[in-house]
Formats: sequence, structure tokens, C-alpha cells
Amino acid sequence: MDTRQRVIAIIAEQALLDPGDVHEDMTLADLGIDSLGVVESIFAIEEAFDIAVPFNANDPSSSDFDISSVGAIVRAVERLVAEQR
Amino acid sequence: MRRVAITGAGTVNPLGRDVPETWAAMREGRCAIGPLALRDAERLGVRIGAQVRDWDETARFSRGEIALLDRFAQFALAAAAEAVAQAGLRFDGELGLRTGAVIGTSGGGLGTIDENYRLVYAEGKNRVHPFTVPRLMANAAASHLSMAHGLRGPTFAVTSACASSNHAIGLAFGMVRSGAATAMLCGGAEAMLCFGGLKAWEGLRVMSQTGCRPFSADRDGMVQGEGAAVLVLEEWEHARARGADILAELAGFAMAADAGDIVLPSAEGAERTMRAALADAGLDPADVDYVNAHGTGTAANDRTECAAIRAAFGPQAERLAVSSTKSMHGHLIGATGAVELLACLLALREGVIPPTLGPVVPDPDCDLDVVPDAARRARVRACLSNAFAFGGLNAVLALRAA
Repeated sequence: MDTRQRVIAIIAEQALLDPGDVHEDMTLADLGIDSLGVVESIFAIEEAFDIAVPFNANDPSSSDFDISSVGAIVRAVERLVAEQR
Repeated sequence: MRRVAITGAGTVNPLGRDVPETWAAMREGRCAIGPLALRDAERLGVRIGAQVRDWDETARFSRGEIALLDRFAQFALAAAAEAVAQAGLRFDGELGLRTGAVIGTSGGGLGTIDENYRLVYAEGKNRVHPFTVPRLMANAAASHLSMAHGLRGPTFAVTSACASSNHAIGLAFGMVRSGAATAMLCGGAEAMLCFGGLKAWEGLRVMSQTGCRPFSADRDGMVQGEGAAVLVLEEWEHARARGADILAELAGFAMAADAGDIVLPSAEGAERTMRAALADAGLDPADVDYVNAHGTGTAANDRTECAAIRAAFGPQAERLAVSSTKSMHGHLIGATGAVELLACLLALREGVIPPTLGPVVPDPDCDLDVVPDAARRARVRACLSNAFAFGGLNAVLALRAA
């Protein structure tokens, strides 16, 4: 699996959906993932890719990690993997 | 129902080793938040906190006592000694049978748990110190208070995260008010600033790495503190009859649950609890001059709490002073309500409203008078002290000037 597929699998598991039903243009809210779900997803991403994700739940929009859509998260993870490996 | 007087107060917290030092720091607007000095701090993502610095346990306790006392229990004992000395009560005889201790804590002896897990998991040891259990149990502080002062009445621990202290004080208040006890020691004690404790908090991603800035538009999370505060509650006529110096009247208490989210606060639940506390104390919004806010410095709490205060106080919210002293002493979790009650006593007794230390950057979601940046002289007739815990548990105390 590539990074994109792995990130989507993590998000799908959090949303209790099939990965095939998770698309890049969806937001986490579309998927029914609440603030605790976001924190849990980021934890799973950190563990899966062995990276540190800069994210403060107090102000998600100003964190250096774009969670505005599934596609944005995929790209942010790809960037962090490239930077931190 | 009987009236309830506060006749003693004691503390150890990041701002001071006793109440006078703490009040001085609150008047001056001093901040006790700084770099964390603890084992493995370099492996933490969050490296700031409000520690009780240079705490020398050997100066206060014997070797035998230290073997039985986690840091949170040491803080509680030191705070209680000051409170009891100020109250001038002796608990030998009948009064001891009619006095107990209710102490709030969230982590109990978390430092002891952390150290001993390290020994067995990380260092491969196969045995731990025989007193590990009596040190770590959450009721250790309440039990040591009862033993130190001969309190043989109702004694137990309360744990409700950030509302533990207010629940403890509220329950003790109820016992004195109903006549079940003549006097009670109550408050909170917490010492969660250890590697394992902070790792857990780090995971939730609500901790600030820069500072605690309640109500400020640039706030980015909470900062943890540690310490204890203990109050002596006493039946009003008992206190009057012996000519005690009454610091303030504990006039009302309310507790309620949001039944909503395990971490997100609810404005409706907070409003409902503040209203109920006012009603329990027989206070109108117009009688109240100050609210010591829960004010954690998280985006969610401060916005929600301000909306709840506006809803509970209506037009009176415009003239109300609202401050969060967590900007100075950090969030003492299970001990925070007890330390914040000291801020209320400062306001009621000395006419000094402690500040929300800043600079506070105005936030339209928090457009109350948050007493920004510096303490203020004001006559405070009555005040509320808010605590809204994870788990949706709300506990609000109402106090009146003596």
C-alpha cells in the first residue's frame, strides 16, 4: 500500500467505513469523525508512519497540519514522511 | 440549615508555600509557569508546567513518613497544617468525632505509580517498595489528614478530574450545613507532573507548549500545575461562639452533569450549574461581583464558559469581573478548585480581584471583563468559583463576604 492508501485505511477505520467509501474530497466531518476521532486518527498515523504530526486540538486550523479534507491529510502525511525520514 | 464559615486556609502551590505568599503573587500578577524540571523531560513534547519548585520533603517529614507519603499527600499535609493553625481548632475530644476530611484528587499518587511501573517494566525489577499501595491510593491524602489532626468524622477522597476540589468542598459544605459534622477539612491535592502523567496529557493534544492564556485570542491550550489547598469549614455559630476570625461564608454549592461529551464542555450544563449555585446560596446575579472562572486556556472551555456566564447572569454579566488565575498557577487538575478558592478569599476579604495574567488579546468569543493583566481593587460582596471537568461534570461554589 502507498501512503495514500494507508492514510485512507486509517481514516476509514476511524469512520467505521469501507476504504472504498472514503474519497479525497471528503472532510472529516462528512465522515462523522469528531474531535476525539481526529486526535485518535493522528495518533494512528504517527504510529503507522513513525512520524511526529504537529497538531494542537485547540486550534486545528492554525496547526501546521492541514486536516481540511482527506486529500489534504494525505498530502500532509506525504510531506511529513519525506521530511522526517 | 446551618450557615458555614471558612475559618482556616492553607496551601502549597506553584505561586507560594502558604496563603500569604500565594496572595502576594496573585496581587502582583506573578506567573509560576516555566520549563519543567523532571526526569526524562527531554522526551516530552510539552515541556512547560507550573511546578512547586525546590520542595524539600526532608525539611518537613521524617524518613519514615516520607516512605508513606507521595508528593500529593505531602502537599495536602502541609496545606492542612497551615489551615488548622489559622483556624485555631483542636480536634481532641468531641470536636474530633464531629470533624472529617474530604480531599479531591484526580491522579492520587500518580508519581508513585510512575516510579514503580518504571522499575518493573523499564528496569526489569521484580519487586517494588512494600508501601507502594498506601502511597498511591487516592484516599491517602484524606487519610493522612485525619491521622495528623485526629479527625474521626466522615473522611474520604473525591475524584472528578478538574472538578475534584469543588466536589470535595461542596460535599464537606453539605455535611456542616446539615449538621452531620461540626467542622470539616476539605480541598484538593495533585502531583501529576511526572513523565508518565504528562505523556498521557500530551496525547490528548490540548496542552500548550507556549503558556496558559485564558480568554486571550491567542490561547492554545492548558498548562499543568501541582500543589494543594485545604480549607477549614466550620459551623457558623460554633465559629462565632469561640470568636474565630471568619474568612468568608461558604453560602452555596451546586453540581450537575452535562450527559454529553467525555471531553467537550457544554454551555448549557455550565449555565445550569451556576444558576443552581446562586439559588442554593440565595444570591441574585446582581449580588455577585466576581466569578473565578474555570478558564483553562483551551479554545473550547473559554468560549463555552463565557457564553454560559452570559446566559446565567444576563445583563449583570456586563458589570461582572471574571478572571482565571490558571494564567498564574497553571491547571492543578484535582487541586485547582481549592487553590482558586484562595483567589476568591483574596477578593472577598482583601478587596483584591486577581487578574487573568496576559497580555490578554481581546477575543469576541470571550468579551467579558476578564480583569486582564493586573489585579484590581474592588469591593466584592459575593463570588462564584467554577469547575467544569472532563466527563461533563460541573461543580460551582458560591461565597459571601463575612
